[in-house]
Amino acid sequence: MRNIFSQTLFDAANTDPRVYVVVADISPAGPMAEFTNKYPERFINVGVAEQSMIGICAGLALKGCRPFAYTIATFTLYRPFEMVRDDLCYQNLPVTVVGMGSGIIYSTLGGTHHTQEDVSICNALPNMQIIAPCDPSETKESTFWCALKNNNGPVYLKLGKAGEPDLTKDAIDPWEFGKIRYITKGSDTCIISYGVIMKQAKEVSDALAAKGQSVSLVSCHTLKPLDYEGVSRVLRDHKRVIVIEENAPSGGLVSMVKQIAWDNAAKCDLYAFGLKDEFIHNYGSHEDLLDSHGISVSRILAAVG
Amino acid sequence: MIESTGAMSNEFDASAAKARCNDFRRRILEISQQVQALHIGSAYSCTEIVDCIYYELMRRDSDGSSPDTFLMSKGHGCMIQYVILEAMGVLSRKDLDKYCTPEGKLGCHPDYGNPGIEASTGSLGHGLSMAVGMALAEKGQRKSGLIYTVLSDGEVQEGSTWEATLMASSLGCDNLIAFIDNNDFQSLGRTSETHPSFYPIVEKYQAFGWEAVEIQGHDSRAVFEAVENRRGGKPLMVVAKTTKGKGVSYMENVPIWHYRSPSSEEYEQALKELKAASNA
Repeated sequence: MRNIFSQTLFDAANTDPRVYVVVADISPAGPMAEFTNKYPERFINVGVAEQSMIGICAGLALKGCRPFAYTIATFTLYRPFEMVRDDLCYQNLPVTVVGMGSGIIYSTLGGTHHTQEDVSICNALPNMQIIAPCDPSETKESTFWCALKNNNGPVYLKLGKAGEPDLTKDAIDPWEFGKIRYITKGSDTCIISYGVIMKQAKEVSDALAAKGQSVSLVSCHTLKPLDYEGVSRVLRDHKRVIVIEENAPSGGLVSMVKQIAWDNAAKCDLYAFGLKDEFIHNYGSHEDLLDSHGISVSRILAAVG
Repeated sequence: MIESTGAMSNEFDASAAKARCNDFRRRILEISQQVQALHIGSAYSCTEIVDCIYYELMRRDSDGSSPDTFLMSKGHGCMIQYVILEAMGVLSRKDLDKYCTPEGKLGCHPDYGNPGIEASTGSLGHGLSMAVGMALAEKGQRKSGLIYTVLSDGEVQEGSTWEATLMASSLGCDNLIAFIDNNDFQSLGRTSETHPSFYPIVEKYQAFGWEAVEIQGHDSRAVFEAVENRRGGKPLMVVAKTTKGKGVSYMENVPIWHYRSPSSEEYEQALKELKAASNA
């Protein structure tokens, strides 16, 4: 995701001189070097100073620029939280807060490098929009949208790290901001997910399909504003809906889908899988940590049958 | 401390500045009777600084607009900004009459989107970073705008202010001009007593790569000359030695006037003192 993000940002910067990237001593890999060389005045490294990173982005946006703040998710969102809230959300400025390596992807770096609750926190912020692409292709679409098409306020762009597989090459629906997207479409079970854990969701989907079930796989890449009608249809059109997310139990997609199910008196069975309300003190691979919170592929399959 | 010379700035009209500042203090005093609180002491502390920025330092086009930007980092002092914007016709008398009421749009801290307000502030330690971002945008867009901001001395204790301090000089923001309203008072006492290591300020900013000078912050000509006579090539920090509540004897250096409004008796006494000062 990092490479395609930086390539897309460079392409967007070639199109629009208002595109800036402000990093806090961590730079996207790959083509970002081209960006730095070609547009040195639009690549700003503030050093290890994340509060200033967000404030500088606000100042740039107040003067008509479209900056991206970039570092590891916990440092773009949590460290400068009041700047995100006051400078970006309260003033409703078109700044993209990029949360790289979000969730618990940094599985060996410990809890200080995890964002288990980033979606919940951003969901609570007025004016904040949330996009969580599930693969490199959606990362490209999302980054272009943030750079060139966002006519609203701030965006939290929740990214993974590197090596994410292509999951949407044969998707039924195109990527469209604010709309859920069917990757596959069936009639029995619908799995709805977003972000990097879509890889596991796809594996669950494939396993259920191999058992003969007709399975939909839906990317809910835009979490705020949520596609209320799209989710309502998912609940209406399937016998069983499985929500999978790498986020705390409160305030994420699980909470929102349950609310919509209640609003619509949904008849389907609803299964929810997310992180527990617990910090993580164990180490291992990303999959190991997901397993310890009950949301690895094998644990999900064991639960849903 | 740099004293005003009186000779170097022939264009500067000190008596006009004095008259304006007296008028602004009286207008703020008048508005204080509409509300229970309005940070009167904080506004009086930086009256000459903000007046000088708007009337003497920011360049004006023929239509009254300016290529320069003023950002009130110490948002709680915004009453002086409001009354200046009223005098300039950017805000209306009605806007200020409705201050802090359901029918109005102005509150105790500046809100971006209101006429003349370039950024929302109020939480301390946000303004300098935003000012750095604005300065970088001006340079990136090959524009010549200068960014002016006023910080309280209390907010210079915020870590975020020091992040921005390091960034402004490291990123070459020579189009950034900042003031510290150094009245040496914060909620729990005199800063020089509660946090003596806060001083010296000028040397700290110089060590961080800024041009920095200290002035008497109620001397309008000194405010003007500190900017006009800057060497340039670096961001400028003007440490303005001020008195909290300046202009009304019972408010000066008394922390309670950071926030509260005078009673009717106190109002009359303050008005008497300000009238006397305008005739002096």
